[in-house]
Amino acid sequence: MIAELGHFSLVMALMMALLQAVFPLWGAQRRLSAWMAVAVPAGRAQFLFLLVSIVCLGISFVNNDFSIEYVAKSSNSSLPLYYRIAAVWGAHEGSMLLWAFTLGLWTCAVSIFSRSLNEEMLARVLGVMALVSIGIELFILFTSNPFDRLVPSPVDGNDMNPLLQDFGMTIHPPMLYMGYVGLSVAFSFAIAALLGGSLDSAWARWSRPWTLVAWVFLTCGITLGSWWAYYELGWGGWWFWDPVENASFMPWLVATALLHSLAVTEKRGAFKAWTVLLALFAFSLSLLGTFLVRSGVLTSVHAFAADPSRGLFILIFLALVVGGSLLLYALRAPMVKDNARYALVSRENLLLLNNILLVTASASILLGTLYPLVLDALGLGKISVGSPYFTTVFVPVMGPIFLLAGIAPMFGWRQAEPGRIFKRARWVFLASFGLGVSLVALSWNPADFKSMAGLSMAFWLASSALLSLYSRVSLRANPLDGLRSQSPSIYGMTLAHLGAAAFLVGAVMSNQYSVEKIVRLAPGETTELGGYRFKFEGVKEVAGPNYRAKEGSFQVFEGEQAVAELKPQKRVYKVQRNTMTEAAIDPGLLRDLYVALGESMEGGAWSVRVYVKPFIRWIWLGGLLMMAGGLCSAADRRYRLQARQAEFADGGLAGAKAG
Amino acid sequence: MTPRQRRMALVGLMLAGVAGAAFLGLTAFQKNLLYFYTPSQVSAGEAPKGYPFRVGGLVVKDSVKRSEGVTVRFEVTDGPATVPVVYTGILPDLFREGQGIISIGQMNDQGVFVASEVLAKHDENYMPPEVGDALKKSGQLPTSYKDYQK
Repeated sequence: MIAELGHFSLVMALMMALLQAVFPLWGAQRRLSAWMAVAVPAGRAQFLFLLVSIVCLGISFVNNDFSIEYVAKSSNSSLPLYYRIAAVWGAHEGSMLLWAFTLGLWTCAVSIFSRSLNEEMLARVLGVMALVSIGIELFILFTSNPFDRLVPSPVDGNDMNPLLQDFGMTIHPPMLYMGYVGLSVAFSFAIAALLGGSLDSAWARWSRPWTLVAWVFLTCGITLGSWWAYYELGWGGWWFWDPVENASFMPWLVATALLHSLAVTEKRGAFKAWTVLLALFAFSLSLLGTFLVRSGVLTSVHAFAADPSRGLFILIFLALVVGGSLLLYALRAPMVKDNARYALVSRENLLLLNNILLVTASASILLGTLYPLVLDALGLGKISVGSPYFTTVFVPVMGPIFLLAGIAPMFGWRQAEPGRIFKRARWVFLASFGLGVSLVALSWNPADFKSMAGLSMAFWLASSALLSLYSRVSLRANPLDGLRSQSPSIYGMTLAHLGAAAFLVGAVMSNQYSVEKIVRLAPGETTELGGYRFKFEGVKEVAGPNYRAKEGSFQVFEGEQAVAELKPQKRVYKVQRNTMTEAAIDPGLLRDLYVALGESMEGGAWSVRVYVKPFIRWIWLGGLLMMAGGLCSAADRRYRLQARQAEFADGGLAGAKAG
Repeated sequence: MTPRQRRMALVGLMLAGVAGAAFLGLTAFQKNLLYFYTPSQVSAGEAPKGYPFRVGGLVVKDSVKRSEGVTVRFEVTDGPATVPVVYTGILPDLFREGQGIISIGQMNDQGVFVASEVLAKHDENYMPPEVGDALKKSGQLPTSYKDYQK
């Protein structure tokens, strides 16, 4: 009964989405207020129906209703309650429902927080979001309905994929989807602006907080995914250039470009057409990501679904969205006039350079991800593009971005004086360079130019971010006054750039100075690595709720002092009979100690993987700082002030440029 | 800066960016593409020498032999042909005899494939598409892989 209710709600949500698309879009074209007014209630109703639908699925999981095919496929009565709830999005059907639900959530948020929008704009934005909803809801209903019954129903379920039975993995999909789908808001704003022909800085100001929040979620999702891969896959890596990782990284890069270009459009009224294009690309890449993951065209840990009809449906949907939006862009963009003037050396142009680099990086990843698929589809052989390709292309493109990100905030809008900036920044530049080189030379390896370059770049980015904050603050006589007078978006930018620097430190140091060893250890034997001594004390049997495990025990010594006790496991999940490696990690700001069990050998010996990874936490610390920066910027008062101003000006002047 | 100059500067920058990216991309492509070969192709001598590639198939029953330390030897087959593989390291959790795997590495002079990486998927019903195609071609696809329908 509950499943039928969920199914029915999903159909109702589709109906609401139809209402939300047809009336407002047509009404906005014809300027019919009553028609446009349908948008907000229909959007909220759609969200409520989706909420009911996903809650119904959740209840079915909690009640172990294995007469539902999806529940039987991806859950089991011995699965702990927490994972049974997370199993809602543990496999294909449910994760698509989560996608739709997330879109509903964003729709509802737009309908609540957009009082400052004029009715036409709001109607169009919600209408466009509804079009996306319709596509995804049709997809769920026709190709991947999570509420399908299974006759006869099995006694127990097939269990959740053991890899996903983990805290990081349960919140990774919702975060990532909040990011992916959140970019649909910027997309809808862009389409609405193209339809209405009102591409002004007010439009950029509306899009900006939404894009920021979506970007924060996307950053969070990617960071979680990388963290999960690190401790759960047991290979000690944090990024594998797996096609599915790339699928989430491409929209992130374009969204990052979009954030910067929106700043220019809002502050200076420049780059309008380009900003719109980026908004279209960012969401198109999100959809492409969904297609890549969900169509089964990829060989990947994520590719669970391999149903060709699904792939075809998403491909058609993707073609419609990308083709339709680019067509509209081609028709409308030539009418957009940039009225801003600026010199060659100006912040505008540096941000343009940032955009070009980010988009180039994204394009090169797209090439490496799609090329094998295209070649395979044309029957030209099966190839794979490995991580060497991505590092060779990606590193030289991203290098200049880090250099630029340091200097750009010191450049003025419109026209900058490079001489004065040079004078102000040269000591910081030299100091970062000297510090980076000498630190690497003295503490590690005098010939390691990669780390020197990487660390110098990180120091430069961090110190110049602080310098540019300092030079803003020092404009006031009283430093406290100066600190208070800065807008949250300045602090947000500084934090995010510091995050990028922290990430760079982590990436460079862990890539260059991680040491690993694969050894065979019998109980009582020790092995030395990176100044630590690992003593293997043997393996004992332990039992979990739905698995049995062999748990190894390792004492780690630094000199004579015991620093950690690590207990890695080798689990066998009862239902799927899958073996899983649970690595044991002793985390630290300066280094991680990482031990994973390999295979059991004669005489109680095990093959063991041991790693010492310096500074690897900084990678995710950087992600956290970037998120904090994004939230800080999104909280800027001027996005809310504008709402109040618009209320004052409601008598017909609302469309005029505020602030 | 006049709008025209600005447009030209923009176009120039973009061209430079695209050209740079294309250059980097093509050089990197040249060096880093990994082709897939079936064991039949390998034993027919079609696989490159002195250059890494991927080979995949089913792990031959009773072929897995461990020697000193963590070195493992096993054979991979697509039915008509088998390729001996040697790998130093820890095999993935789902590596089993009779299971489909892909390994990356190079052929040595003795005709043994020296693997630098062995991949097995985290689902026992899942067959790497390349391996499935290779087995289908030779008619050796095990009946247990009903799910594999491509």
